[in-house]
Amino acid sequence: MSERNDPPADGLDAYIKAAAGLLAIPLDPAWIGAIGSNLAVLRAAAAHVAAFSLPDEVDAAPVYEA
Amino acid sequence: MNGPDTMHDPSTMTAEALAAAFRDGTTSARANVAATLARIARVDGAVNAFTDILAPRAQARAEALDAARDRGETLGPLAGVPFAVKNLFDIAGLPTRAGAKINRDRAPAERDGALVRRLEAAGAILVGGLNMGEYAYDFTGENVHDGSSRNPHDLDHMSGGSSGGSGGAVGAGLVPIALGSDTNGSIRVPSTFCGCFGLKPTYGRLSRAGSFPFVGSLDHVGPMARSVTDLALSYDAMQGPDPDDPVATTRPAEPALPHLSDGLGNLRVAVAGGYFARGGDAEAFAAVAAIARALGVTRSVEIPEAARARAAAYLITAAEGAALHLDRLRTRAEDFDPAVRDRLIAGAMIPAPMVERAQRFRRWYRAAVLELFREVDVILAPATPCRAPRSGQTTFVLDGVTLPVRANIGVFTQPISFVGLPVVAVPVRLDDGLPLGVQVIAAPWREAYALRVAHQLERDGIVRAPVANL
Repeated sequence: MSERNDPPADGLDAYIKAAAGLLAIPLDPAWIGAIGSNLAVLRAAAAHVAAFSLPDEVDAAPVYEA
Repeated sequence: MNGPDTMHDPSTMTAEALAAAFRDGTTSARANVAATLARIARVDGAVNAFTDILAPRAQARAEALDAARDRGETLGPLAGVPFAVKNLFDIAGLPTRAGAKINRDRAPAERDGALVRRLEAAGAILVGGLNMGEYAYDFTGENVHDGSSRNPHDLDHMSGGSSGGSGGAVGAGLVPIALGSDTNGSIRVPSTFCGCFGLKPTYGRLSRAGSFPFVGSLDHVGPMARSVTDLALSYDAMQGPDPDDPVATTRPAEPALPHLSDGLGNLRVAVAGGYFARGGDAEAFAAVAAIARALGVTRSVEIPEAARARAAAYLITAAEGAALHLDRLRTRAEDFDPAVRDRLIAGAMIPAPMVERAQRFRRWYRAAVLELFREVDVILAPATPCRAPRSGQTTFVLDGVTLPVRANIGVFTQPISFVGLPVVAVPVRLDDGLPLGVQVIAAPWREAYALRVAHQLERDGIVRAPVANL
């Protein structure tokens, strides 16, 4: 699976402001830069995971057991 | 105190030795507690491991144990042994702070956490709560509210986190056993940096009831100590089903101590290659090589997709942690450590399909890793990519690449805890510098294998956990 569907690299600030509203988290504008840096790392991690092709039949374990 | 008690210094003794000395009357529990409290008073200012010292409680318990011994009562295997717990474990009468300012407003815990009760049922004596990274979202041992816990082997360096106070307390000889929690490496990292042994059992093996959570599907709890026997003694005392923890196993206890001296035997041991053989300092891999050489291990295996496993663990941690703290982020965001707050807010904003994908990948990865254990019984891997960084250090260079410290200390621990494998972190001293660590990893429910290997290494003098020179 390619990573072509990744969201664009820019636009995170707008996303953060919108998501904070959706989540009802009061957002201090001074935090946006650090939140954006963390979100960029998480997005890269998500892209790395999504790039691995999984069969549709692989469910998440409803109760995780080692 | 009279007689041998006045000469008694438990700071360098193992729990095994302390319990034996108590049983045979060489020492009293009161003397153990007095000496422990005295050493904490003398040394803890330097390492900042303790956040709560429970002197009256410990003294009362010690008196009760001495009286029980004098009456000839049967005593548990840890009778007379002081211990301490990361402050996310409930301690009756105290708010469970979990390293957070916010939690100090919680009602005091009505009773001790499950593992505290089990250790005390075995005769151990709780002497305090230990410093930790806020809400366990940490690999450094730093805490903006309580001050950073410091590395007992070099006070200018990190203790590791998030069980930093636990590593510091054991490494500094303040207690022989401490409890920690490990979501992505928080027992194994401070064990390594502070030069002690740590056991992260199989996911679900030890009850988490009465401990403050972080990431429900990744949280483990376990002991840290200066000897493998002490790990096994405490681990065995804490095993057993517990309906108060929804993921606690219903398997019966499987004591490790009776098998500890079985040696390597027919165990098939291999070194983890690929991902686990790059991305760290040469010293980290030299430590693994030293252990492999001592065990006569020449085989290597590749844990497939470990980098992706780490990425998935990273995502799940951020999302589940954020979900846990969402109400606090809404109402008390300014009371968080800013670094924790910003990561948690970012975690709350991850689109759900990304997290679901990570959980589905986890299922695939678990099957792939379990397949490896058809060929081998134990896998060796570095515990951290480097020795303890300096306190406050924010970046380091690994394999020629500059990376943020906080996010990358757990690079080798995260892919292992991601599928709940049991691990003993063993301390390795290549020279007079700070210790390194190696993960001795076994298949689920095979803690005994990892402990056997660790014990063999300890017996042969390959790994050791001396008390820091403070």
